[in-house]
Amino acid sequence: MRAFLLLIAIVITGAIFGQTSISGRLVDNRGRAVRGASISIKDSYDGATSDSLGNYRFQTSEKGTQTLQVTSIGYQALERTINIEGQALHLDLHLREAPDELKAVIVTAGSFEAADSKRTTVLNSIDIVTTASANGDVTGAIRTLPGTQQIGEKEGLFVRGGSGEEARVFIDGTLVNNFFYSSVPDIAQRGRFSPFLFKGTIFSSGGYSALYGQALSGALILESIDMPDRSAANLGISSVGLSGGYQHLNAAKTFSWGGNYAYTNLVPYFELFKQRVDYFKVPDFHYADANFRLKTSKTGMLKFYGTVQTNRLGLKTPDIDSASLQNAFSLSNYNIYGNLSWREKLGNDWRLYIGSSFSTNKDLIENMLQDENGEKVTIPSMPYIIKSYNGDIRGSLAQVKSVLERKLGALSAIRAGGEYLYFRDDLRFNDTIAKNTIVDDHFKAAFAEADIYLSNNLAAKLGTRLEHSSLLNRANIVPRVSLAYKLGDKSQASFAYGIFYQKPERNQLIINNNLDYTKATHYILNFQRLQPTTTFRVEAFYKKYDDLVKLSPGINNNGNGYAKGVEFFWRDKKTFKGVDYWLSYSFLDTKRDYLNYPHSLQPNFAANHTASLVVKKFIQKWKTQVNGSYSFATGRPYYNIRYNGNESKYQLYDEGETISYNNLGVSLNYLPSIGKPNARIFTVWVLSVTNVLNQTQIYNYNYSYNGAIKQPVRPPANQFFFLGCFISFGTDRTEDIINSNL
Amino acid sequence: MKKLFLLICLGFSVTLLKAQSPKYNSAMKDQIGKLDGAFQAGNFPELANNFERIGNAEKSQWLPYYYAAYCQVMTALLEQDKSRVDPIADKADSLITKAETIAGANSETNVIRSMIASAHMMVDPQQRWMQYGQASAGYIEKAKSQDSTNPRPVYLEGQAKFFTPEQFGGGKAVAAPVLEKALAMFDGFKPASDLHPVWGKSSTQYFLSQCK
Repeated sequence: MRAFLLLIAIVITGAIFGQTSISGRLVDNRGRAVRGASISIKDSYDGATSDSLGNYRFQTSEKGTQTLQVTSIGYQALERTINIEGQALHLDLHLREAPDELKAVIVTAGSFEAADSKRTTVLNSIDIVTTASANGDVTGAIRTLPGTQQIGEKEGLFVRGGSGEEARVFIDGTLVNNFFYSSVPDIAQRGRFSPFLFKGTIFSSGGYSALYGQALSGALILESIDMPDRSAANLGISSVGLSGGYQHLNAAKTFSWGGNYAYTNLVPYFELFKQRVDYFKVPDFHYADANFRLKTSKTGMLKFYGTVQTNRLGLKTPDIDSASLQNAFSLSNYNIYGNLSWREKLGNDWRLYIGSSFSTNKDLIENMLQDENGEKVTIPSMPYIIKSYNGDIRGSLAQVKSVLERKLGALSAIRAGGEYLYFRDDLRFNDTIAKNTIVDDHFKAAFAEADIYLSNNLAAKLGTRLEHSSLLNRANIVPRVSLAYKLGDKSQASFAYGIFYQKPERNQLIINNNLDYTKATHYILNFQRLQPTTTFRVEAFYKKYDDLVKLSPGINNNGNGYAKGVEFFWRDKKTFKGVDYWLSYSFLDTKRDYLNYPHSLQPNFAANHTASLVVKKFIQKWKTQVNGSYSFATGRPYYNIRYNGNESKYQLYDEGETISYNNLGVSLNYLPSIGKPNARIFTVWVLSVTNVLNQTQIYNYNYSYNGAIKQPVRPPANQFFFLGCFISFGTDRTEDIINSNL
Repeated sequence: MKKLFLLICLGFSVTLLKAQSPKYNSAMKDQIGKLDGAFQAGNFPELANNFERIGNAEKSQWLPYYYAAYCQVMTALLEQDKSRVDPIADKADSLITKAETIAGANSETNVIRSMIASAHMMVDPQQRWMQYGQASAGYIEKAKSQDSTNPRPVYLEGQAKFFTPEQFGGGKAVAAPVLEKALAMFDGFKPASDLHPVWGKSSTQYFLSQCK
């Protein structure tokens, strides 16, 4: 009892009289001072905050064995047992950086990401829709990034010396077979999908993840939006058509559904703005979509998106081989696409993703030789015989993909999965080159990938992919490796290496299904300095093509090629007040020996120098965003390659280079409702003009059969004007917004 | 003997408990007293740590965590390097969550939550307005409805209007009456104790003077 009282007395006296000084310095693992850290004796008021040099000092009245705690934002908490016995203590401590998704190095070699995450990214999703030259086309904005070509005669992304077929588009992880509207000779077609459907975009110009395959050059990976913010109806009217839709969100914000319909008809527009091409059937498009999104749990989301689309057009062009004949080309397209995906967190560490999609596409195409009176002409000799055709081309793709991911620690993860794709192509040509071919391919792939973070500063992504095509009856296995190292607070360097295989095109496989995969090997070196207001990137690459398809002698896999180059990207939101601009420049050196090329040539879809400038400014006074873009490319080569029957080989008879490409685009987005609190109606006016300076654009040259005549390939009109008004009627749910955020 | 022992023990514990309260009170008063000068001294991070230590030692008091969150969110709002703002605001968020775990969400904690949302928004207003701008306004409404005499949400509302461009329904002319209302409320505001929040009056006066 007495001892107990004594103890109490000692403790109390000590508490009153004994003050011990504790001091020291805090540094991180690189020896840099840690400022603003909190140092304290656990469960006491005593402690201090480190100064800008990392020094700290405080007095404590605590005694005996105590726990010293150090905490600081961005660092792992540290605890030290100390013994306070009256003498001053000096403790220099090392803090370890906490693993931090936002601060950690990211593998950036080859890829541009546009997302609305807290992490600073090069682009965000609004950038995609407000790029002047994009005209609301997803790939339009991508074409202002380094590594892409300005191609106007054919749809697709032409990436780093690759053809349009070598870049594929993925939505929610699964391949999209007919991302663009069906081809029309010499006129590039737009993408079928509105950029507003997507919240995240990754554009990879090489070295992409093992989760994706079958693209030699690049991948455009799109992630669809989740739950909408509120229920809303929308209505749009523009110079080319009408649209309307409705999205419903339930009160609990766990389920939404909606649908949209759009009708595009170019008759009024073509009346107003004369086209170079004579349309006997002016293009019209019907588009309908339906979607639902369901939260299956706190962390699970089931999403469906499906569309039904149809479009028709017909155009006449003078025949190059005869002054009196015309080619009448017509196209009717029917397309159905559906995508169902589910993602869920299983416990703390596991994530599951399952995606499936189905698409079927039907093109009825016809090309007819006509005389001056529009009467059908049949001439059973070359070259006219191949100009009359009539085809029913159908292609379907059904696929499932699943990925299972396991988190390891805060940043590292391994993921593995597989996919199965069933392609069916059904081609019926019922004219002079009669053919009826059904081609089936059961395509399977398995993949595994590990993100290994050795620290916040050093990361490796190691992946492998195994593929098998039943049509080719061949398998391939490839490595994919990338490394990233953080050089400083905002700078990093990365490297990527990978092998990529792609099946030959459908029309080549019909001729010979004994072809092998075409192959590309990528090496990419990247430096990036990413700050909140400025971004600088430079990337150098080397790409080697093997086993490209050649058409002579006999269709074979003996083609090859290379592409190498340097690309720069600079984005700056700081220097000019309120102005955001980016500048990209690509240098490309590429040659390939493929298709009918007699020897290695720079392909006609590759310009040596390409540059784009994109400028955006929001003018508050006018509630208007002004966007401008300028794209430039040096001339591209063009060739007259014909088959020399005497020598039984293709021969180059003529070649040249087109004039350089210039396109100044301007768009205005006027937002009269912005800033009105609780606005029920939100209106956006859009005005855009391409090729404002009316510069001549020549993409390529077509040659007559005998090579005597060449004609430039030009866009159907120099300029395109668009004026539209889009109105969103939100049901007033201010209360819901308030409640849902609390 | 046993009874006596228990009695003494009990006596001691009561004394200790009572003794703790003045210590808590004086430590808190000491720190709260430094808040007014923190803007000039630039020591919000240090004060945040001081309050958090008190909170960690006390465990059952919400006000130390509340003030720690306030100091952290002020740090976030004053931070020039935008890339540092999100982690600091997240720290403020974790502190106000601790305060709410102890005392439940109330008008004052929602004021802090509104400020945290604003800090996140300021990193990239154009991109984040939809998410954080609406959240910030929502917390202000919630704070007003929980305590109609609390001047701080009204002050924040006036401040938000002050910074919103005229074209977007803000501006000085719109902000002034709201700030005047807040100022009048500050004059009539009685804190629940001398440790409860009273801050905001001088800032209201400052913004009001800028409106004229």
